[in-house]
Amino acid sequence: MFDLDLWREIFQSISKNKLRTLLSGGTVIFAIMLFAILFGLANGLQNTFNEGMGGDAENTMFINSGRTSKAGSGNQADRKIQFDNELLSTLKNEFKDDIEFITARVNKNVTASYKGEKNNYSLRAVNPDHQFIEKSELISGRFINQRDLNLSTKVIVIGRLVKEDLFKTSKVLGEYIALNNIQYKVVGVYQDIGDDNEERIIYMPLTTAQRIYGNNDFIDQINLTYNLDMGLDNAIALGNKIEDRIKKIFNIEKSDQRAVRLDNRASDASQINQFNSVLAILVLIIGLGTLIAGIVGISNIMIFIVKERTKEIGIRKALGARPSSIQAIILIESVLITSISGYVGLLLGIGILEAYGPSLDKYFITDPSVSTFLVAMATVALIIAGFIAAYVPAQRASRIKPIIALRDE
Amino acid sequence: MLEIKNLNKSYQMGDSSLHVLKGIDLHADSGEMVAIMGSSGSGKSTLLNIIGILDEADSGDYVLDGVEIKNLNEKKAANYRNQFLGFVFQSFNLINYKNAMENVALPLYYQGLKRKERQEKAMFHLEKVGLADWAKHLPSELSGGQKQRVAIARALASQPKLLLADEPTGALDTATSHDIMQFLQQLNDEGKTILLVTHEEDIAKMCKRIVRLRDGIIIEDEYIKQVRL
Repeated sequence: MFDLDLWREIFQSISKNKLRTLLSGGTVIFAIMLFAILFGLANGLQNTFNEGMGGDAENTMFINSGRTSKAGSGNQADRKIQFDNELLSTLKNEFKDDIEFITARVNKNVTASYKGEKNNYSLRAVNPDHQFIEKSELISGRFINQRDLNLSTKVIVIGRLVKEDLFKTSKVLGEYIALNNIQYKVVGVYQDIGDDNEERIIYMPLTTAQRIYGNNDFIDQINLTYNLDMGLDNAIALGNKIEDRIKKIFNIEKSDQRAVRLDNRASDASQINQFNSVLAILVLIIGLGTLIAGIVGISNIMIFIVKERTKEIGIRKALGARPSSIQAIILIESVLITSISGYVGLLLGIGILEAYGPSLDKYFITDPSVSTFLVAMATVALIIAGFIAAYVPAQRASRIKPIIALRDE
Repeated sequence: MLEIKNLNKSYQMGDSSLHVLKGIDLHADSGEMVAIMGSSGSGKSTLLNIIGILDEADSGDYVLDGVEIKNLNEKKAANYRNQFLGFVFQSFNLINYKNAMENVALPLYYQGLKRKERQEKAMFHLEKVGLADWAKHLPSELSGGQKQRVAIARALASQPKLLLADEPTGALDTATSHDIMQFLQQLNDEGKTILLVTHEEDIAKMCKRIVRLRDGIIIEDEYIKQVRL
């Protein structure tokens, strides 16, 4: 039941005892402000790490070939390892349960020209799966498909920035662009949230590039994503298994570090995850610590307040105040002070983060912020904290005997 | 109105116990004005505290306005204090951050009256003690006599059956003391029952009856000719 008079009593007691209120509120403001800043900074640090992952799918593996660093199996060192279509289909078949998407990459640099506009771009010849690994979003048209691969059609998919460079008009699909003087039909335009450079790339079917630029079945790089539900540990094991398999196919010594390089995002992710969870635990500990310190502080002050108000409480009891009404006064006053000043502290902390957050980029802190959910949680926690803090003092106050309180000192 | 039989009270002082009230029998009718006298340590304040339900007796009977006061829980005690009793203290015991009117209205708050009604009643009683103009003043802005008048107005506000005054003039000079006593006499004339603790002979003589305590027993209980002011 809402008791307006009780609230009036409490507001009067708060506003007539400003110093007392300020003291108890100040500790909470400071504690919560520190917590909010700390939490925001930790968030910013996590943001930085997550951003480092780029715009690719987080379950990606990149496999590159190099030259052998060790002799073995009758081969000399410094042998060039060349991936080809056969390797791709071998991996595809042998690991089909674990692999989500897989694509080859052939990289070239080309000069593209369209109606007098001319520019240099990277060309990637890929399989249809590439779209999902790189997370390319199609703005219009379609991506490379299996039919293109089967027929080695001369089609390309261009990035948003390529389109902006070359095309003055909006009509792009069906137009022909010359790449090193060979005409290709544009079938799609894509964008990539990850970064701008990814939007300056031209995609074409793997087989088309292999036929036109070398008449072979060579592959520069293999990219794949594993099934996310296998978990990070299994993904790291999968990476090692694939690497071992490739080394076996090419007769590479197992200890050779250079011939095949498998870059597994899972290992990075597992490190970052570990880091993040350590950070989260740290923030939680510090946050809980601050909260407990705040509760103890408020509790202390409330005990002092009860002591200071002993006489007043005695008078009230002599005038007919029930123990429950004395309890309510102390409890609500504490909850009110704690939650209001806690909220002020939270706003101050968020304000400081907003004000100084952008300038913290160079310290590996990106967009430090506190979520609305956390703010809501903190508010609830503060109300509970205020309640806990005042519980013992309120009990003590309600048990004050009026005769002792009224004794003249 | 007030019936006390064989009341005993002792306080534990470390290992030894101090027997403060050793079988008090006291009867007071409605409309009486009784002074309880005695030197310090005679047990007069303890007696008043037990009558005021601020303290509890170890043994004996206490009936106030037909209600037996025994083994009360805190809540009941609070209700009885609020309904039956009005307190006036030597040191006034006003709440320092509340103005005169708010102080007078406080017992009415604990009676559960509405704010408007409380204010009206508080103003009525302030007027009665002649301090209506001082309603918005804090206790620190009032003189000792004015403070005691506010305290009396507060004690009257809940319309108690019994007014208990513990050395009401103890902190006041003679002229102001007489002023307060005159007002208490006037209240008594209107029918209010008053119990007053004092150690000053001349103040006691302004009541209608003097009960003298020494070492926890009543040594004398006589009706006197009241000194009118």
